[in-house]
Amino acid sequence: MNTLAQLLAAFVLAPLLSGIINRVKARIGGRAGRPILQTYYDLAKLVRKGAVISRTTSWVFATGPAVSLAATAAALLLLPGPGGPAAIGFSGDFMLMAYCLGLSRLGLILAALDTGSSFEGMGASREAAFAALAEPVLFLCFLCLATDTSGLSLSAMLGTGTDGAMAPQRLFVPAILFVLLLTENSRIPVDDPNTHLELTMIHEVMVLDHSGPDMACIVYGASLKLWLFGALTTLSVLPVRQMPPLSAWGTFLGGMFAVAVAVGLVESGMARLRMERVPRLLGAAGALAALSLVLMVWR
Amino acid sequence: MELFGVSLVLYLLGALGALCLTGREAANRVGPAGALAGSLVGLASVFSTPASAASLFVLPWGLPIGDLALGLDPASRLFLLPVYVLGAACAVSGAASLGGPHEEHCGQDRRGPHWFFFNVLLLGLSLVMAARDAVCFLVAWEIMSLAPFFLISLHDDEVEVREAAWIYLVAAHLGAVCLIAFFAAFWAATGVTGFDALAIAARQGQLPGASLLFFLALTGFGAKAGFVPFHVWLPEAHPAAPSHVSAMLSGAMISAGVYGLWRALELLGPAAPWWGWALLGLGLATALSGILQALAQGNIKRLLAYSSVENMGLACLGLGLGCIGRQTGNETMAALGLAGAVFHVLNHAAFKGLLFLCAGEVLHAVGSVRLAHLGGLGKRLPVVGACFTLGALGIAGLPPLSGFAGELVLALAILSGIDLPGLLPRVGMSGALAALAAVGGFALAAFAKAAGLAFLGEPRTPAAANAAPAGRLALAPLLFLAGCILAAAAFAPMLLSLAGQAALAFPGLDPAPARAALAQAADILQSAGLVCLGIVALTLAVLFLRSRLLTAHGVRREGTWGCGYTAPSSRIQYGAGSFVEPTAKILRLPMGLSRRLDMDAGYFPARGTLTVTSPDQLKLRFFTPLFEVVARTCDALKVVQHGRVHLYILYVLATVVLLLAWKL
Repeated sequence: MNTLAQLLAAFVLAPLLSGIINRVKARIGGRAGRPILQTYYDLAKLVRKGAVISRTTSWVFATGPAVSLAATAAALLLLPGPGGPAAIGFSGDFMLMAYCLGLSRLGLILAALDTGSSFEGMGASREAAFAALAEPVLFLCFLCLATDTSGLSLSAMLGTGTDGAMAPQRLFVPAILFVLLLTENSRIPVDDPNTHLELTMIHEVMVLDHSGPDMACIVYGASLKLWLFGALTTLSVLPVRQMPPLSAWGTFLGGMFAVAVAVGLVESGMARLRMERVPRLLGAAGALAALSLVLMVWR
Repeated sequence: MELFGVSLVLYLLGALGALCLTGREAANRVGPAGALAGSLVGLASVFSTPASAASLFVLPWGLPIGDLALGLDPASRLFLLPVYVLGAACAVSGAASLGGPHEEHCGQDRRGPHWFFFNVLLLGLSLVMAARDAVCFLVAWEIMSLAPFFLISLHDDEVEVREAAWIYLVAAHLGAVCLIAFFAAFWAATGVTGFDALAIAARQGQLPGASLLFFLALTGFGAKAGFVPFHVWLPEAHPAAPSHVSAMLSGAMISAGVYGLWRALELLGPAAPWWGWALLGLGLATALSGILQALAQGNIKRLLAYSSVENMGLACLGLGLGCIGRQTGNETMAALGLAGAVFHVLNHAAFKGLLFLCAGEVLHAVGSVRLAHLGGLGKRLPVVGACFTLGALGIAGLPPLSGFAGELVLALAILSGIDLPGLLPRVGMSGALAALAAVGGFALAAFAKAAGLAFLGEPRTPAAANAAPAGRLALAPLLFLAGCILAAAAFAPMLLSLAGQAALAFPGLDPAPARAALAQAADILQSAGLVCLGIVALTLAVLFLRSRLLTAHGVRREGTWGCGYTAPSSRIQYGAGSFVEPTAKILRLPMGLSRRLDMDAGYFPARGTLTVTSPDQLKLRFFTPLFEVVARTCDALKVVQHGRVHLYILYVLATVVLLLAWKL
């Protein structure tokens, strides 16, 4: 029951996060901002539209967004929540989660290359490069959590909050996960989710040719991915699974809100990094992860 | 065992038949038929007995040492599986590609000898996996190592092909020298040549300098498997060979290196602590450098060759984990590491075989496998495109295919070691997991590049635009291998249990905890399979919904959105060099990319040329200079080789006198 509630919360509330981020950005920028439910309106509109599809494309273009959404949704099956463990959990399931996200990325990369557009090729090549660099950092984070909690599944290592939950070496982990959230979800300082036609784009430029239901898949898949990383960050710091159910849900949702606000604050306060600086950011995150891992192993 | 014998005889018949029919079209039917029949009978022999059974068959032969000892045990059967599956597929594919009015190379029909050596290769591979005696093993190893030289040099009127065959021959023999030294030292220390006797002698501690023997085995078998730095022959030999031969070499022959290392570890008995770590480090270094260089390549077959290097590295990682686990008494890690290595080899054989055969179809249709000449082939060669995408998904280790299951087993083996005693082993294991993740990430990028640039987008050349689809006979092996891959994805837990049989038969492993660890891993794969099933079901559901929505709201076909640019051409697409540019900016050195920009001087250059090449830096900087020195030294010795016969007779006389003087 709890597992179902967690999944339902993810599938229903995920598009809300980008609404919150945009509202925070607008407020800080002194604007009123678009409605908080804008992503839901967008999705509803896209689903009801037809599509314009490039003559260059083949079946890959149509399948890519579907695979991408399906793989991200499947990754959510492995995510524990405030109510209890994940729907499916086993030792090493974090690897399946990471590879599901990989499959999701490959779907979009191939769909982008299928259009034959130079812009989308550019986005695809950058996405492939940065994701490959982010992957070891993510694994190091999971290893940190695994060493700290002696659990090898996501359900065992997240949200349980052993006595060392606030230990100094563990405090790095949410920070690194937050950096990964920014990287994987194409947020400032790695990518800019607002501009469409700038040569520095990664994610948005890959999906230039998608429209209608395909675009809906991509937008919804991106929301789910943001939810996934937000939940990882929240659960790695808050011991929600030890709380009584109601306060656990409250703390978890509060944590998600805080993550969204933090993303908004980062986006308002920073400019996008130059492309060659991104690996340094990831390298720093990786070094931090390695450091906290060594500290934990040492203990 | 009888069926195994029948398959050997069929290979022999195919070989001799093809040789007798040289110059006739029939050679191209008899040769492949022998290989196909032998492989199918061999497959039957693998599956007709329970995987855990072991058999032995000994015949005396005329040589002063050794016996003709053949036997099948779980490890042999599992490593024979790729030989037979790929042997069947590659025979059919080769028959299709060499069939019909064969373009004459050097004015003669080479197909008879080609099929002779193809069958000999299969025969040699089968004997290598079945040999139970050091001398017999070395003879089989030589047969297996020599045949590819002739297979690679099918089109020997091309200079690259001759050079590649030559590099292969040198690498194969330098490796073989180490192996002969390995077995000779073993024989000198123990006085026996049978594998069982050798293992018993080693276990009783009659082996001085076991570490040196391990090093010899690692070098000899590593040269075959393509571990860094002995991988240099792979990226040369695979592109030069005909595609069905590349598939066979990459899928089955280099696995023989891993198999040999496996046997060597069995024979050497209790391992020194550093062996496992050496294998782990070497495996990861091989995997990382292999996949980074694969990413850099602009030629599909070179890319696939480097990816083979990567995958053999992962298999080596599994062997290393097995060693460390056995040495520290961590049976979970040992069983999963060894089973993971075998599982990975099986996966790699199926995926890489399929990918090389697809590359062969591309070469056949377009006349080139350079990504700069391809593009948009998915529409013209739909089956080949779909098969290549399937193989790419698998080799990148993505769910729902069994490539993911293989990597997951390796990761589980690593995870079972993060509580090893001591700081360094734990850090080592964590580093190994991070490296495995990086390999996965780069593999995704490399195969997104290969599949995306070759099969998607617009054709980059007229040849690619007019590519003709392959014939039905050529598609059959592709579909067969694709079917194998889908079956492996559906039955991944069972495949793991099968691979586990080899691990359970590994000496020095406590079977009860190892069996428990394998059962647990199979359960994990079952759960992961559930998620994979979820992905497939959800994808189908979304696609169904999409088609319903689109039929309701309509689809319009337009050109690709050019961002306002009105004269796009296929040349503005991202290409092989540009796709890897972001990665190359960070990792230029390990990727081995070299980039040269020639531009007119001044503020408004009229002409510019950008050349991006990806030569093997190790070959360029280390092996080429080394062999030049060797060649110069040998040239200096030519003073004694002047062609004057009377002086030669003097040499003979002097030798005889010297020998007599020494003996008397």
